[in-house]
Amino acid sequence: MDTFSLAFYALAFLIIAAAIFVVTSKNIFHSAIYLILALFGVAGIYVLLQAPFLAAAQVLIYVGAVSMLMIFAIMLTARIADDSIRHTNEQVGTGLLVSLGLLAVIVYSLWQTPFPISAAPMPEGAGGTIGRLLLTQFVLPFEIVSVLLLGALIGAVVIAQKDKVRGVSEPPNTPLPKPAEKVAG
Amino acid sequence: MAGIGLTHYLTLSAVVFCIGVFGMLTRRNAIGVLMSIELMFNAVNITLVAFARYVTPATVTGQVVAIFTIAVAAAEATVALAIVLLIYQHYRGIDVDRVNFMKW
Repeated sequence: MDTFSLAFYALAFLIIAAAIFVVTSKNIFHSAIYLILALFGVAGIYVLLQAPFLAAAQVLIYVGAVSMLMIFAIMLTARIADDSIRHTNEQVGTGLLVSLGLLAVIVYSLWQTPFPISAAPMPEGAGGTIGRLLLTQFVLPFEIVSVLLLGALIGAVVIAQKDKVRGVSEPPNTPLPKPAEKVAG
Repeated sequence: MAGIGLTHYLTLSAVVFCIGVFGMLTRRNAIGVLMSIELMFNAVNITLVAFARYVTPATVTGQVVAIFTIAVAAAEATVALAIVLLIYQHYRGIDVDRVNFMKW
């Protein structure tokens, strides 16, 4: 077995194990940590697929930003140390059945389909090609995505601001309670 | 076995996607559901990049589409987490089984 296959199987094992822990871990904070591990593994898969730009973007956006956002949300909401509350609903059996059935269908059709595999080599400097495509052939989706991100930014701020929720009972500029004075010396 | 091919990547992607489906169906915590959805996004991205590598290696169109997927997933995560925080302020909890105020 060559190094490439070894790297693929190691990364695949890492991703699948981490993903299983993400969906089954009792503590939601552990799930977030395992999610970061799985996302790193996916970045490694991108490197194997000769997509170094995507691997970098994966680490920056998913591992750096989205996971941090998840961890922030966990810190702000759940009682993270509380393992006693049930973390799954009553649909474990049905969910297992549905996901395994879906997996069987997908894998069967994968191994039956003759894909038109091309033996042409990847062009050198694919990162530059991506940038050129983004500003020529894909310029309209590129601009739409920028508007979408702006809309998501404004939408998140509008949804999460507190005064809308609490109604008029609180004036908008209520100062935070001052922390207790520290004893000097 | 003749090396790692397209089918191996697609099988890995299918496995990760189905794990995400299972998590999305069974998690009670809303943030857990969101994490499962992120797993599914990543599985689809692996598929796109694998097709770009093995079927159309001359053009990198699949990688461009994967970039758009990442951008849309980031927007989705932002808005969804804002909604989760809002639900937490209402209910003091983010159990998705109890959040049913949009049912008639």
